[in-house]
Amino acid sequence: MSLFGILYQFSDSFTFLILAALGLAIIFGMMGIINLAQGEFIMVGAYATTIIINQGFPYPVGILGGALAAALLGFVMDRLIISHLYQRVLDSVVATWGISLVLSEGMLQLFGPSMQSVSMPLGSVSIDGSKYSVYKLLLTLLAIGVVILIYLLFTKTEFGRKARATMQSRDISESLGVNTKAVYSETFVIGSALAGLTGALYAPTMTITPTMGNNFMVQSFVTVMCGGANPILGSVLSGGVLGLVNSTLSVTISAFFGKIGLLIITIIIIRVLPTGFTGLIEKTGARRRR
Amino acid sequence: MLKIEHINSGYGKTRIIHDVSLHIAPGEIVSVIGRNGVGKSTLMKTIIGLNGLDSGEILFDGKHVSKMKAHQRARLGMGYVAQGHGILSSLTVEDNIKMGMDINSKGMIQARFDQVYEYFPRLAERKTQIAGTMSGGEQAMLSIARVLVGQPKIILLDEPSEGVQPNIVHKIGEIVELICKEFDLTVLLVEQHMGLIQQVSQKSYVMDKGVLIAELTKEQLNDSNIIKQYLTV
Repeated sequence: MSLFGILYQFSDSFTFLILAALGLAIIFGMMGIINLAQGEFIMVGAYATTIIINQGFPYPVGILGGALAAALLGFVMDRLIISHLYQRVLDSVVATWGISLVLSEGMLQLFGPSMQSVSMPLGSVSIDGSKYSVYKLLLTLLAIGVVILIYLLFTKTEFGRKARATMQSRDISESLGVNTKAVYSETFVIGSALAGLTGALYAPTMTITPTMGNNFMVQSFVTVMCGGANPILGSVLSGGVLGLVNSTLSVTISAFFGKIGLLIITIIIIRVLPTGFTGLIEKTGARRRR
Repeated sequence: MLKIEHINSGYGKTRIIHDVSLHIAPGEIVSVIGRNGVGKSTLMKTIIGLNGLDSGEILFDGKHVSKMKAHQRARLGMGYVAQGHGILSSLTVEDNIKMGMDINSKGMIQARFDQVYEYFPRLAERKTQIAGTMSGGEQAMLSIARVLVGQPKIILLDEPSEGVQPNIVHKIGEIVELICKEFDLTVLLVEQHMGLIQQVSQKSYVMDKGVLIAELTKEQLNDSNIIKQYLTV
């Protein structure tokens, strides 16, 4: 396989991990909520996108619609359920698991076991005799763009400053005039929108079924676990390392071994770096300052 | 400015504060003294709204605030400096100060920023430093600067001397007195450092086991026999 082919495989794997994990990482890192319904939010985004595109709207409108549909669902879920569970990790696991069951069963009842997918746009490009999907190449650029936007949102805006402050100390932020409940609510909606965007972007590449979210769940959780406390930096570092292992094994042996390798490297990372990649960076930084 | 009427509060079913009433007039620096664990910090958390009120009434600037959340009380002009300074350690010095902008958030913020940096030039030099890497004294200054930038009407100061070198404590006292005059502020101070209390307090309440047992004048605060009577175990 050519160097471009290897890079293509890596970027495909990296993009999938980053997009699958980012929403989950933000919700967990900022709010202490483990959202087991993340896969179903991705599924909702994919359904909304597929429906919109099947109605004759252009792809960008469909993708935007998918992200907005998941954001709206996230807003409703937050108001009804999640807002009562902020910083209650175990309770949130049970509640979001329940939400995931209701959503997947609800979709099954509403739309049946599968939906007609939309075709992958933009065709393919031939390099060194191999064909590569232009859309998947574009996905990598979009994923990088999304990471940069989220980074800017959480580090350069007033909302981001308040969100980081709330993440560190809810009481201190509240005493400084920050409506922390609103910050949590907005963070959950952003995380849900990111999940919806992921579903929307991957809708043309997958079979649309009520259980399609499961395809994202394992990878998103291992990426978040290996990343550690900082949701953005952690996801990028973790996505890079896990993506490298996954793509190398997928190219050299098979996709099956790529997945096995992903889980083995995750076990090793968690054993060696219990606080993830960002924990390692923080410790190194603290040592340098001393 | 602040009127507390017969409040009771605690954690869950454990009551810590019993029937506490106190009044603070505008511009006053009032302290609450007492041994460790008598409920001073719980009283402060109850006033700002971080701790639930079981009964009683809190009036701030003529408004009933008992049912308001902490962020709503802050926006009315209640600044709170938590025990241990409450620095957001992973944020920079400047981001920490910006966090105070929502307190009483109305106008003239940039001017207040400049003024705060004039009072605390050390913070101006270290705007981009991560706050958690600063010394105890610098963190104490940062916590005061952070509430000042929001133009509060009252500051609730919970043990500003904690974790601060003894020679810096007197400096903190000077800053408290200075900002009260310059910014027309009222201060409620909870402290164990008698030197700081005697330096700044105009009157003081003595707390024991969650109850206010005495009110001391400035003169009484300087009488070591009276202080011994209330503060020795």
